[in-house]
Amino acid sequence: MSYYLTVAILVGIWVSLALSLNILTGFAGQVSLGHAAFFGIGAYTSAILTVNYGQSFWTGLLAAILVTGLVGSVLGLPSLRVRHDFLVLATMGVNFVVVALFKYVDFFGGAMGIVGIPAPSLFGVTFRGGLPYLALVLAYTALVWLVSWHVSRTWVGLAFDAIRLEEDAAAAVGISVPRFKIYAFMLSAALAGGAGALYGHFIGSLFPDTFVFIESIVILSMVVFGGVGTLRGPIVGAIILKAAPELLRFVQDYRFTLYGALLVLMMLFQPHGLLGDESWLWMQLRRLWGKGEAITGVEGQEMAESEEVAA
Amino acid sequence: MSLLEVRDVTMRFGGLTALKQVSLVADQGILGLIGPNGAGKTTLFNCISGFLRPTEGEVLFQGQAIHRRRPHQIVALGIARTFQIVKPFSDLTVEENVLSGLGKPIYPRLHAFWQRTDGPEARARVQGLLERVGLLPWAKVKASSLPIGLQRRLEIARALATEPRLLLLDEPAAGLTSGEAESLAALVRQLAEEGMAIILIEHNMRFAMNLCHRLVVLNRGEILAEGRPEEIQRNEAVIDAYLGRVRTEGEGG
Repeated sequence: MSYYLTVAILVGIWVSLALSLNILTGFAGQVSLGHAAFFGIGAYTSAILTVNYGQSFWTGLLAAILVTGLVGSVLGLPSLRVRHDFLVLATMGVNFVVVALFKYVDFFGGAMGIVGIPAPSLFGVTFRGGLPYLALVLAYTALVWLVSWHVSRTWVGLAFDAIRLEEDAAAAVGISVPRFKIYAFMLSAALAGGAGALYGHFIGSLFPDTFVFIESIVILSMVVFGGVGTLRGPIVGAIILKAAPELLRFVQDYRFTLYGALLVLMMLFQPHGLLGDESWLWMQLRRLWGKGEAITGVEGQEMAESEEVAA
Repeated sequence: MSLLEVRDVTMRFGGLTALKQVSLVADQGILGLIGPNGAGKTTLFNCISGFLRPTEGEVLFQGQAIHRRRPHQIVALGIARTFQIVKPFSDLTVEENVLSGLGKPIYPRLHAFWQRTDGPEARARVQGLLERVGLLPWAKVKASSLPIGLQRRLEIARALATEPRLLLLDEPAAGLTSGEAESLAALVRQLAEEGMAIILIEHNMRFAMNLCHRLVVLNRGEILAEGRPEEIQRNEAVIDAYLGRVRTEGEGG
């Protein structure tokens, strides 16, 4: 039972990581292969505050969100100068630098990492793992989802769409492209930072190798596999890609082979992901729910022409 | 004071001089910018709208220097533009494309994090704009699935949503059927009558002659002639540089 709880807690943390990356990559179109760095910065912030400075878990969590958001807005600066594949390379570089700092700077614990990270307590009850911790993780995941949902309905969300689709046209409607790219990095990083804090206090110890570049690939895979830019895809992607290796031992051994193969297959046959707006599965589900499809260009055109004829 | 004043603008790209000391003024009414391919028309638009910084010279809008400002700041001051190669937000619906222009006053404020885009006022304004350009039946359609003629109208609607004082239209009639071009001309005329200043780049001479109150002819980055359409029609230099060749040259970007 506690094994499944552990898996559920880890899955919850990775769902919030995937959702947070989705704001940056899915909404604002800035593909990042450095998300594990933000995950790590959050984890380290909270761990250092609680272990070295005796702060409570709650202060640590809040600080992780704020500090990572701040660092994210600085580390997002390369996105103002480079786009597309060059940005991907730059974010990779950021990931390497951050991990190197964790590893070689004593303040961050060096290669020995940080141990003895306290468990959170609420109303005098301390809980590491178990149902209360799962509830905490799920509450945070719900918060990340709500933020994503809210953003997608605001002017910030529309500006993210505009920047993703056509930067020049975005500027032509009054959107400051640099400002909104930084917003995306800040939001995405802040939410990943909170996930990092939840991870550190769950495991109890941190090592730099947890936050290496390959973890960034895993998180991006979850987003792409599930359906980039949607509010459902990253959840499903993270659940499948995190739970499968944990629950199926033979998958664990071939974890990265599986990720790689899945990515290749998805890119070839379902570039919108498992549940993207134009994916096969999502179309089938919509049909089942009887929602039908939105009016397509051709149908709309015919409709209008018949109206013109009538007039 | 003129609404827009371009003063001695020179634009160089390495060894190529795309604009050479170009000066012009624009006020209410329709100003046509014509000239052969590569004359520098779109470059001039880019200098006015902030997508390029002139190498020399200045651009004043309502007396204020704008040639060092960024595109989004210039939109905020009241200059909107369309693109020669249309740039709709392809994945968004027609409605959402126009909506994006309405956000102009909100984007610079932190309020943008809280205010939702689906307010009734915004919805009504989008409807009005779509009706105006004749895109209402396509409101829920993805912009990428529209034919080119409708995408051009969408660009105009999106630009109008920012409530400009000056509207820059880069070849708005390119790729349109003659019927579509006529309804476009009617729309542009109406906007001008309502007090908007419009500068448009046009390759179709008849279209430009009929529509514009004043024409500026660019050739190899320099102003060749300027005046009312009937004056331009008689101008020898223009006929040599442009009108004479247009029959054999065909059309293009």
